[in-house]
Amino acid sequence: MNEAVLSVEGLGVRIAGRQVLDGIDFAIAPGQFTGLIGSNGAGKTTLFRAILGLQPATDGRILVDGRPRTRRTDSIGYVPQKFLLDPDLPLRGRDLVGLGLDARKLGFAVNRRRKRELVEEMLAAVGAEAFADTRVGRLSGGEQQRILIAHALISGPRLLLADEPLANLDLRSAQEVVALLARVCRERGVAVLISAHEINALLPVMDRIVYLAHGRAAGGTSEEVIRPDVLSRLYGHHVDVIDVHGRVLIVAGAGDDEDLHGCEETVEHALPGEVAP
Amino acid sequence: MSLGFFVFAPGFWDNEAVHVALAVGTAVAIVAGVVGVFTVMRGQSFAGESLGDIGTTGGSAAALVGAGPLAGFVAVDVLAAAAMELVGVQRVRGRDLATGIVLGAAIGLAAFFLYLDSTQGSGNGSTVTILFGSIFAISSATIPAVVGLAALAVTMIVVLYRPLLLATVSPEMAAARGIPVRLVGALYLLALALATALAAITIGTILSTALLIGPAAAALRLTRRPLRAMLGATAIGIGAVWLGILLAYDSYHWPPHEHGWPVSFFVVALVFLGYLASGLVEWRRERGA
Repeated sequence: MNEAVLSVEGLGVRIAGRQVLDGIDFAIAPGQFTGLIGSNGAGKTTLFRAILGLQPATDGRILVDGRPRTRRTDSIGYVPQKFLLDPDLPLRGRDLVGLGLDARKLGFAVNRRRKRELVEEMLAAVGAEAFADTRVGRLSGGEQQRILIAHALISGPRLLLADEPLANLDLRSAQEVVALLARVCRERGVAVLISAHEINALLPVMDRIVYLAHGRAAGGTSEEVIRPDVLSRLYGHHVDVIDVHGRVLIVAGAGDDEDLHGCEETVEHALPGEVAP
Repeated sequence: MSLGFFVFAPGFWDNEAVHVALAVGTAVAIVAGVVGVFTVMRGQSFAGESLGDIGTTGGSAAALVGAGPLAGFVAVDVLAAAAMELVGVQRVRGRDLATGIVLGAAIGLAAFFLYLDSTQGSGNGSTVTILFGSIFAISSATIPAVVGLAALAVTMIVVLYRPLLLATVSPEMAAARGIPVRLVGALYLLALALATALAAITIGTILSTALLIGPAAAALRLTRRPLRAMLGATAIGIGAVWLGILLAYDSYHWPPHEHGWPVSFFVVALVFLGYLASGLVEWRRERGA
């Protein structure tokens, strides 16, 4: 294994007296596809903000390419959590992709041939040529994700962070975005760290998984992590892992009905007796 | 007699007040167009309106001590922008309350100053001048200050263009790229304060937002690109100001005779018509597409 593009060592983050992250340890090798799985409030976005240098660590450290990270790094590309772009924003998809290259520079952009070619290459890489001239705010959720991925990739990062890119997407768009990220990972050798609260869409493409619950993490391959003993230790109470025709359901065994992943609705209806207060 | 005689009433081209008005109006329309596009994109029209209204306090205080209104507008607007930055108006849009309270206090103070202005007689008619502008009454000595401040505000936007654009689209994405989002936002607010003060000497504090927001909003309907929107907003603004000045000058010959109609009325009406027309163009374009 080459030197890790990202290593998180004993990371702890406390915000307003609350321990949001505690003793997080994991590393991502070049070109690896890693899923960051956890329910809402588990600390996924805080972990991303810490990796991006936007949230100071209380304990531990984060190394990017083996060095402590700096604010101005092009080693990490970031696809933010789904946000609503203003439909009237006078910005074409290709303009937003171009900003990924030179947004830090001052003054107006000179329309250089090299930049135009690079933007075209990125648009082609994410399959966004057809809608690159439409206002970004008027694109569908899946189309916006493609533009945002191209924006993140254009500066040549070694690691791509995608915060809940599948949230609010219909099943087909979600599958297309997962396939696109997996292709970027394989073909460009860019390591991908993608957060999600649903594990099944990512199971076929993940090399490694970092499972986050109550601010703590368990890392490894999905076979190593998605096990009752590992997850029970993480959650602090008994958890069952159920395989339903290749889909994984993670079910709180006793006590807590908030920590269900996979097909939560089904679990609640199927096992009402198990969801005790 | 030529058509020009009817369009340009006698003396239009020889009148010094008209020259000053055209020069000031052009500089202000440019800065309003360039800054205004970002004001609309950032959803900060309310901040612009507040800065405009708060400027009344500065203008009326300046009149009280016998200074020109521009100095008062600039000083108070820049201070108000700094205060808005400190209470975090930009970061939390829900902070309308803080803005509203500061705005109320400032307008209360303005009412007091305007009262003193009118009772002490030193600033005859200053209330109307400050609130609704009086571009024909601007002294030519003010031109260098107007042009200098306009150039400063436009330069700030040009220099900050790319970081500001990404921070406008998504503060998160800009921060992830190492852009100091808060600093960029604060500098933008400073440019907005300058633009508002300049608009206020042209068409008054109350109407200043119209020149800032109207042309920008109209241009944003017509283009998918921010630079073109800035050029478009500038063109619409200049058109409205020039035509407004011409109509106001000509209106001396309209009823009631020997009393010109206010320039501000014409400028704001033309900006409004431009906005309506842009909506029509957009509607036709989308129906055709």
